[in-house]
Amino acid sequence: MHEVLERYRPIVDEFDAFAAAVERPLGKTVRVNTIKADVERVRAAFEDAGIAAEPTAWNPELLAVDTDGPGSTWPAFHGWIHSQEAVSTLPPIALDPQPGETIWDACAAPGSKTTQIAAMMDDEGRVVANDRNMGRLSALRFNAERLGVTNAIVTNRDARNYSLDPLAVDEFDRALVDAPCSGEGTLRKNPAALDSWSEGFLADVSGVQTDVLQRAIQATKPGGRVVYSTCTYAPEENETVLDRVLDAENCRIVEQELPIETRPGITEWDGTSFDPSVERAARIYPHLNDTGGFFVATLEVGA
Amino acid sequence: MSDDHSDADDAPPIATDGGSSPSADDLDENVSHRFDRLAPTDAERTVEGRPSRATVLSWWEERFGIPPATFENHTFWEKGNGKLWVLAGDDADPSEVEAMGATVLRTRQEHWKPTTDAVQRFGHLATKNVIDLDLAEAERFAAGEDQDIERWDGDWGYLIAAHELPRETADDADGERAILGVGLYVHGELRSTVPKGRRRDL
Repeated sequence: MHEVLERYRPIVDEFDAFAAAVERPLGKTVRVNTIKADVERVRAAFEDAGIAAEPTAWNPELLAVDTDGPGSTWPAFHGWIHSQEAVSTLPPIALDPQPGETIWDACAAPGSKTTQIAAMMDDEGRVVANDRNMGRLSALRFNAERLGVTNAIVTNRDARNYSLDPLAVDEFDRALVDAPCSGEGTLRKNPAALDSWSEGFLADVSGVQTDVLQRAIQATKPGGRVVYSTCTYAPEENETVLDRVLDAENCRIVEQELPIETRPGITEWDGTSFDPSVERAARIYPHLNDTGGFFVATLEVGA
Repeated sequence: MSDDHSDADDAPPIATDGGSSPSADDLDENVSHRFDRLAPTDAERTVEGRPSRATVLSWWEERFGIPPATFENHTFWEKGNGKLWVLAGDDADPSEVEAMGATVLRTRQEHWKPTTDAVQRFGHLATKNVIDLDLAEAERFAAGEDQDIERWDGDWGYLIAAHELPRETADDADGERAILGVGLYVHGELRSTVPKGRRRDL
């Protein structure tokens, strides 16, 4: 196990199971793109190619596929599937976007969640997909077009001071902040994920995460939902960010119903206590559902 | 020729139909780096050479039999010289955005060329100028290869290429048409226009 993860021994129950799970490679999963196909059609096409594709127990549109290369199959060529890690499908599920709404995806590239949100909206309404990194935007645009998304507008700006001026709306109905993070939870698919890890990076990225989440709260209508997610275990990037935003903005953390086993957010770390409502956030450890590591919280903007 | 007709390229050598390309001295010039909404009809156009929404809808219907109602909840935009985009719904001033919906059609050339992504999204509604490929032909098409297909006796020019994939279960003999992309058919040859990034060895 990577030595960085030792710092989580105090907060992870069954730490040995956790340590063992992060060593195992992650199985491949693909999300069925309901804009262009349905689960039955995709499964039939995989079956025709001799590839087993079984729906996961908690998400019928997420298929566990028995191949290392789902991208070189007919379903992929047709844009019927998108290779997506299981936990990566959770933030849009928590966000629950509705057809016709206007949704902000603040840190959208490479577009896995953007395209999932678009599909959940039946490609109606508006997804404003933003990313500060121009290079990664090309991957977002490629994925959106391959998957047949027509309701997305793509912008290339700093989410921290994002202006709605060029858009048709003054506020968003919902927003997703799938924040750039240290990526500790991705070790199972990328063993080099922590090679450049440092506590200094945690401090820097935590500030960016806080600023983007604050902007998302400000830009979303009263009563609207904002989902915050990362693929890291670090409390500096998770509960700390939530605690700061609760102090600074008119919002609250709400209960969320996620279809997998989770652990509550922690209320204390490194001698600092957090607002007790951070317990409503969800920590997802690899040994709980045989997935990558993840963190997701749902906030509601105050009236 | 295999690299000369991806979605990023213009001007096919031969085809059989195309959009109208009227021009008038009193129209503005196109600003290529900005998204502009297409005017509803040719008579309402204010930019030289830009097709109208009505012309675009007619083109899809005449070329492929795709009904205009398919796009009743979409708007069309031009950015770049003749590059059209299709967006669900409408939007405000799009001057500071990188993309609006998806690229759909290359115009401002004699023979309009739909994109691979557009026909994969809307091509299942086509009733004509669709060429059905067998598995080996479909694999070559997906790999971006050109191939001789003598049996086609329809129009030359841009066709929608399709193949059949099984629908329900493996013991259900009937497949269902799945759209591959855009082929350029000339002189007994079907040229794949699948962009490099979308090509696959299957």
